[in-house]
Amino acid sequence: MTNYQIYSHDVLVIGSGGAGLRAAIEASAAGASVAVICRSLLGKAHTVMAEGGVAAALGNVDDRDNWKVHFADTMRGGQYLNNWRMAELHAKEAPARVKELEAWGAVFDRTDDGRILQRNFGGHKYPRLAHVGDRTGLEMIRTLQDYVIHEKVDIYQEYTIISLLKEEGRVVGAFGYDREKGLFKVFQAKAIIIATGGMGRIYKISSNSWDCTGGGISLAYHAGAELIDMEFVQFHPTGMVWPPSVRGLLITEGVRGEGGVLRNNQGRRFMFDDIPELYKGQTSTDEEEGWRYTQGDKNAKRPPELLTRDHVARCITREIKEGRGSPHGGVFLDIAWIKEKISNAPEHIKRKLPSMYHQFKELAGVDITKEPMEVGPTTHYIMGGVRVDADTQMTNIEGLFAAGECAAGLHGANRLGGNSLSDLLVFGQRAGEFAAKYAKGTTIGKINDEQLKEISAWALSAFDKGSMSGSENPFQIQTDLQEEMQKLVGIVRTEIELTEAIQKIKDFGLRITKAGCSGNRAYNPGWHTALELKHMITVAEAIARAALERKESRGGHFREDYEQKSDAFGKVNIAIRKNSDGSMELKHVPKLKIRDDLQQIIEEMK
Amino acid sequence: MPKVIFNIWRTSSTGGEFQEYKTEITEGMVVLDAIHQIQAESANDMAVRWNCKAGKCGSCSAEINGRPKLMCMTRMSDLPEGKPVTIQPMKAFPVIKDLVTDVSVNFRIKKKIKRFKPRPPDAPDGTWRMDQGDIDRIQEFRKCIECFLCQDVCHVIREHHLEEKFAGPRHLVYAAALEMHPLDIEDRRDDLKSQHGIGFCNITKCCTTVCPEGIHITDNAIIPLKERIADKFYDPLMRFFRIFSK
Repeated sequence: MTNYQIYSHDVLVIGSGGAGLRAAIEASAAGASVAVICRSLLGKAHTVMAEGGVAAALGNVDDRDNWKVHFADTMRGGQYLNNWRMAELHAKEAPARVKELEAWGAVFDRTDDGRILQRNFGGHKYPRLAHVGDRTGLEMIRTLQDYVIHEKVDIYQEYTIISLLKEEGRVVGAFGYDREKGLFKVFQAKAIIIATGGMGRIYKISSNSWDCTGGGISLAYHAGAELIDMEFVQFHPTGMVWPPSVRGLLITEGVRGEGGVLRNNQGRRFMFDDIPELYKGQTSTDEEEGWRYTQGDKNAKRPPELLTRDHVARCITREIKEGRGSPHGGVFLDIAWIKEKISNAPEHIKRKLPSMYHQFKELAGVDITKEPMEVGPTTHYIMGGVRVDADTQMTNIEGLFAAGECAAGLHGANRLGGNSLSDLLVFGQRAGEFAAKYAKGTTIGKINDEQLKEISAWALSAFDKGSMSGSENPFQIQTDLQEEMQKLVGIVRTEIELTEAIQKIKDFGLRITKAGCSGNRAYNPGWHTALELKHMITVAEAIARAALERKESRGGHFREDYEQKSDAFGKVNIAIRKNSDGSMELKHVPKLKIRDDLQQIIEEMK
Repeated sequence: MPKVIFNIWRTSSTGGEFQEYKTEITEGMVVLDAIHQIQAESANDMAVRWNCKAGKCGSCSAEINGRPKLMCMTRMSDLPEGKPVTIQPMKAFPVIKDLVTDVSVNFRIKKKIKRFKPRPPDAPDGTWRMDQGDIDRIQEFRKCIECFLCQDVCHVIREHHLEEKFAGPRHLVYAAALEMHPLDIEDRRDDLKSQHGIGFCNITKCCTTVCPEGIHITDNAIIPLKERIADKFYDPLMRFFRIFSK
């Protein structure tokens, strides 16, 4: 083989957020030799930013909760486009995964009798989110990180994978480089788990970390994996809107869970104006009752601020569009008002929402215990991603697995808050288990030398282009792409804009062939960005095409030209594959028929 | 809008030097925004490590006008107006390139600290009971985002380069979170005294001053650990007792 450094493992995990680390721990426990590729340093992945909590029907705060209620809530939240088997496994296994974290040293907030405390969140019938103030993600990633470093797992920090390697229909490895020196590396593996998270960075206003460029989704797609549900992007209703440099930064749903309310510039709680049919039975129409719900009154119904994220985001968008927004183009989120209700409100807020207090104080000069926050929607999550088998997390490619945000199925058309942290634990564990099992039954595959030469030549061509006339600045292309996606493939979509978006993305495809960089290969952000653009454009195209294809409004996908749900589209997921000529092929895949006992649970809980 | 001068450390084949850049500053910008803008406008290959830009991941640690800070949490409006801004990598760690340092030593030190070891579960379903009051303190320690600014500012490491003998503030906070964990039954006091060199800390509290999470590193973590060690090794009554219990 050409003189690249080669590493060989049974299981290669690409991605070191919650799903990747959980998968690595499981695969290692099953006896596999495991490598984890971290694009950044260990413990810095986007999971660290998760705030509100991890959803699991522990029933610690309300003993009426159990897996069936969680399952029904998840399906309702996903507008029944979810993979029902994943929703079932998730609801059943999440409690065990959370308890396991406690056994590994996680320190969740407590109930009065010393058990794990759970809080209310949008779309969850009972208080269900185990949490640590508003820094649950940090607690989870640190617990997993501090566990994995003592296991037999090789951790490669600041490595970037640029391509998967295949031979005779199965994955045999991955090709990438270390950031420090920029040297190419070959990772041979019997099984590969993609756990690279989301794609928020293809939008201008996003709550996502630097890492979230859709890299893993694109790697899998180019290797022949099928994607589904790519039209379903979650715009979180509450991101910061001011000052401009922090626009999009997340404000946890926990603010509303703790009693925070949304108001327009007339002081009206506009969420009461539009309560969707599916949720009428469980939503309060009375402000006082809503407050009691947030304070744990089991007989009260939830306030409309805690409706699902897709709906709240659209209501906020409507208020802003119709001129009832805040001075900087958002609406008001007020937690300070609870001083009318409880005596030590400022201390209470600081204890329950420490990061939010800190974030507004430091970055916006706003004291949230005294004044309302200005908030607006921000790109937060993609429900879609790589299509996987519910039980094993294997993709349609032999030996290739996916887990966490980059995989699809659990959340359907809209994800409930807190279901992402439980998703990555449940399916990270499963991916690790089944990848290790798969690896045991197979041998190390052969790496194709020609393929490596081709990829490395492509990767290095960015340096040649950098010195040519007419070369493009990769950062500029990235910014332009983010602007266009924000404008044309945002919360409210139309055929005209989506068609325009697809054309623009094609143009970006030409522009990136001219993206050049200067300097040398060592820790070079220009080079890194130039290589990354391919992924960003692939994912952008998949989202735009799927969004154009789904001629209805459902969950995170809202079409102004098809405002209603359609029965026909309610029966299918949209799948995307790469054609042999390199183009994107879309097809409608009928939903799997749900098991009778699960359908019955849904009916009972309606 | 005003243009501000930045003097940024850039490495070169012969070592490195400060280079001057000018960029426009708009309302609300933090230092990391300015760095990104400079990178996009005129220094595509300038290395900077960052992830969340929200003060949660602890990646963008650097020295701004000589003070160890997170670039994402330092607002331009808090720096002296009209004066150039100096940005250099953390001094206590070897430079990889420009503003990026090699912090791998921290991952090696952490691995040497004995892992969490819980007592048997309290309830038949495999769970434990803990009082919120008993975990408040370690929840403070667990806020740590591993930015390593405390390691950077600690003179034992920064001036005397004793990182092989002294674990440093971050790792003492980590050890304290384990030692004070209500469920943990491991004893790390021997290691803290010998291997992790807690005695090197002479409580100047520089680490506490720079902690972006406001953790009371010295008062709440290091001093109580020192007391526990003193109780074990230097308490005369206990010494007496040990002689006879051998």
